[in-house]
Amino acid sequence: MLLAGWGKYPVIDVDLKTPKSIEAIGEILSHQATTTIARGMGRSYGDSSLAQQVISSQYLDHFLSFDTENGLLRCRAGVSLNEILRLFVPKGWFLPVTPGTKYISIGGAIAADVHGKNHHCHGTFCDHIRSLQLILASGETIACSAEENKNLFHATCGGMGLTGIITEAVIKLKPITSSHIMETTYKASNLDEAFNLFEQHEQVTYSVAWIDCLARGEKLGRSLIMLGEHTSAGKLITGSNKAITIPIDLPGWLLNKYSIQTFNFLYYNRLRQNKREHTIHYEPFFYPLDTIHQWNNIYGKNGFTQYQFVLPTSAGREGMKTILKKIADSGRGSFLAVLKAFGPENNNYLSFPIKGYTLALDFKIDKGLFSFLDELDAIVLDHGGRLYLAKDVRMNEKTFKKSYPLWASFQEVRQHYGAIPIFSSKQAQRIGL
Amino acid sequence: MKKILIIGATSAIAEAVARLFAKQGNRLYLLARNKERLTAMATDLTIRGAEAVNYASIDVNNFYDHSLLLNEAIEKLDGIDIVLIAHGTLPSQKICENDFGTTLKEFNTNGLSTLSLLTHLANYMESKNHGTIAVISSVAGDRGRQSNYIYGAAKGMVTIFLQGLRNRLQNSGVQVMTIKPGFVDTPMTVDFKKGLLWASPDQVASDIIKGIDKKCDTLYTPFFWRYIMLIIKAIPENIFKKLSL
Ligand SMILES: Cc1cc2nc3c(=O)[nH]c(=O)nc-3n(C[C@H](O)[C@H](O)[C@H](O)COP(=O)(O)OP(=O)(O)OC[C@H]3O[C@@H](n4cnc5c(N)ncnc54)[C@H](O)[C@@H]3O)c2cc1C
Ligand SMILES: NC(=O)c1ccc[n+]([C@@H]2O[C@H](COP(=O)([O-])OP(=O)(O)OC[C@H]3O[C@@H](n4cnc5c(N)ncnc54)[C@H](OP(=O)(O)O)[C@@H]3O)[C@@H](O)[C@H]2O)c1
Repeated sequence: MLLAGWGKYPVIDVDLKTPKSIEAIGEILSHQATTTIARGMGRSYGDSSLAQQVISSQYLDHFLSFDTENGLLRCRAGVSLNEILRLFVPKGWFLPVTPGTKYISIGGAIAADVHGKNHHCHGTFCDHIRSLQLILASGETIACSAEENKNLFHATCGGMGLTGIITEAVIKLKPITSSHIMETTYKASNLDEAFNLFEQHEQVTYSVAWIDCLARGEKLGRSLIMLGEHTSAGKLITGSNKAITIPIDLPGWLLNKYSIQTFNFLYYNRLRQNKREHTIHYEPFFYPLDTIHQWNNIYGKNGFTQYQFVLPTSAGREGMKTILKKIADSGRGSFLAVLKAFGPENNNYLSFPIKGYTLALDFKIDKGLFSFLDELDAIVLDHGGRLYLAKDVRMNEKTFKKSYPLWASFQEVRQHYGAIPIFSSKQAQRIGL
Repeated sequence: MKKILIIGATSAIAEAVARLFAKQGNRLYLLARNKERLTAMATDLTIRGAEAVNYASIDVNNFYDHSLLLNEAIEKLDGIDIVLIAHGTLPSQKICENDFGTTLKEFNTNGLSTLSLLTHLANYMESKNHGTIAVISSVAGDRGRQSNYIYGAAKGMVTIFLQGLRNRLQNSGVQVMTIKPGFVDTPMTVDFKKGLLWASPDQVASDIIKGIDKKCDTLYTPFFWRYIMLIIKAIPENIFKKLSL
């Protein structure tokens, strides 16, 4: 069966298993001799959830208990953020941390230790996980948390499925009284202004900037900064799941330097004044892309990738400028370039965020892209930064090991729990794990 | 609040239907084979809003258990408003061609077991002059094709049985709905290459709920399969027999 990540590259022939019970996972693991990796909803961009044998959590999507007093939700790893929102928003609960799409699984959220627009205030997704259950290579199920089997917990959170199969987790949801967000948008005419706005509004719960990365010179880094807070007045309603679908690959030439420049220009100038305030539902605020199903088809059949890196605060402004300039000069377009401030890092071995700034850009895959990205890697490394594994499809082993210093301790934990060589992915092999 | 019995409840389609029923606050009784999944499903459906969820395990091919298991279900639910029968398997046509033992087993699972269950259920519901019987058959039962005629014949048997039953129960006020899904992305079809014609269990489930509300006799889901099958059934046999379908 042919399978790929969200970026549709690479496409690999895998043996896809869709167990309908935890017992069935043990059964699959008992007679396997191939490399195996878990898969949630396939929203990681690259080859993180690809191996000879792929175990999907699609049918392990049950809610197991909910404590209405303190918001503790226990559920299976295949439950999607979308299902949680649908059921719990009307009851007054929200996700403590959410990425830019609600179509990801709890297992995927834990394995990539995902971050949202509130990282600088509330940390990563796993910072709100109270405990989880994991199936080891032996088939044994083991519980872990920040107190129990600590090392395994910190290796599994952000561990990209390389310790075992997460089967369930306990998450602390966050109480809300309205499903609306008060959004304030500022226009920044260059990168310095954008950074200043982030620093000024550090205490605001949600913040993100959209950068026109084709703007050059004086305008380098011109952007819209969007800030948000939950409102307390209003109703508790979920969004509609209505969406349009892009069912087939659009021709690759559709996205070129000129169409993207036009889009970016229009987007930036959408805001007439320098500041705008309004209340909007959480759906368009957090998930603007979810209204177009399979939007990954707009990049054509060769696929695309997202380049997301973080630079530590000290290197932030200068490093970011150097990279943005290089991208603007190359003329390689990106529909979406998203800038975010990160708070301090956590104790997980391979979690991506460190205190600083992160930028994410989409690139259509073509000849020459990967060598261009290699050049960007060098700049990122020079500034003490690193790349996000959930988006990566091409980083080499040297770059990975240099920028994730805890990789060796991570390997020790995997070794100890028998994960090597059973649990592995295309990505793990590429980066030497 | 409705009292709903679901047989083959752990099927992906049936579970999607169960979740919609749970959200409406109905009372559910689940019969299925996999105990672990049944337990998880019952908790899940309760959290999703079901008034109560009870369950028991069943292997539909043990025909002699049917009457006992159904009586228990009726007792626990305190009557039946809706029953959905969803279990099934997709046999390998090639194996069946070479081994009648397998064909027989597949006929039991996909055909005769349903007839046995319906014999009990139809009599009960007729005696109460009330309720809806919804059974998942398949578009494959509409016409025999070389790639899939064992499954198709078993489903075709169910379809014709239901036609007769509908006719018989007409005056008792019991609704009989034949559900004919096209291609649905479920564990049954995990090895198939998916394309534009494929539907999700959620889509099919929402059609099933609407079909029950609207008292449909035959429900093609998604709707366009009605037209696809109209064309497929209209092809003259002397041409059809030459096609590699
Ligand atoms: C439009 C879009 C926006 C995004 N925005 C953000 C964002 O703002 N912030 C952010 O952090 N990320 C973001 N992402 C990335 C996404 O959140 C992560 O890639 C996430 O891991 C995807 O989850 P999934 O369920 O699709 O997992 P998959 O893509 O299927 O798998 C991802 C990894 O998780 C592992 N995994 C999955 N399930 C399990 C399990 N049960 N047990 C063990 N390991 C498992 C896999 O092995 C793999 O390594 C975005 C992605 C998209 C497409
Ligand atoms: N998927 C399609 O494309 C499609 C198309 C047309 C019609 N259908 C029909 O739709 C119905 C639901 O199937 P699905 O697609 O949802 O697939 P599914 O998830 O594989 O469901 C099939 C269910 O039948 C159960 N079952 C099989 N044999 C059984 C037995 N002897 N005793 C008890 N339960 C048994 C299975 O239980 P276990 O989990 O314990 O094995 C499973 O829960 C079936 O009748 C199928 O024929 C499906």
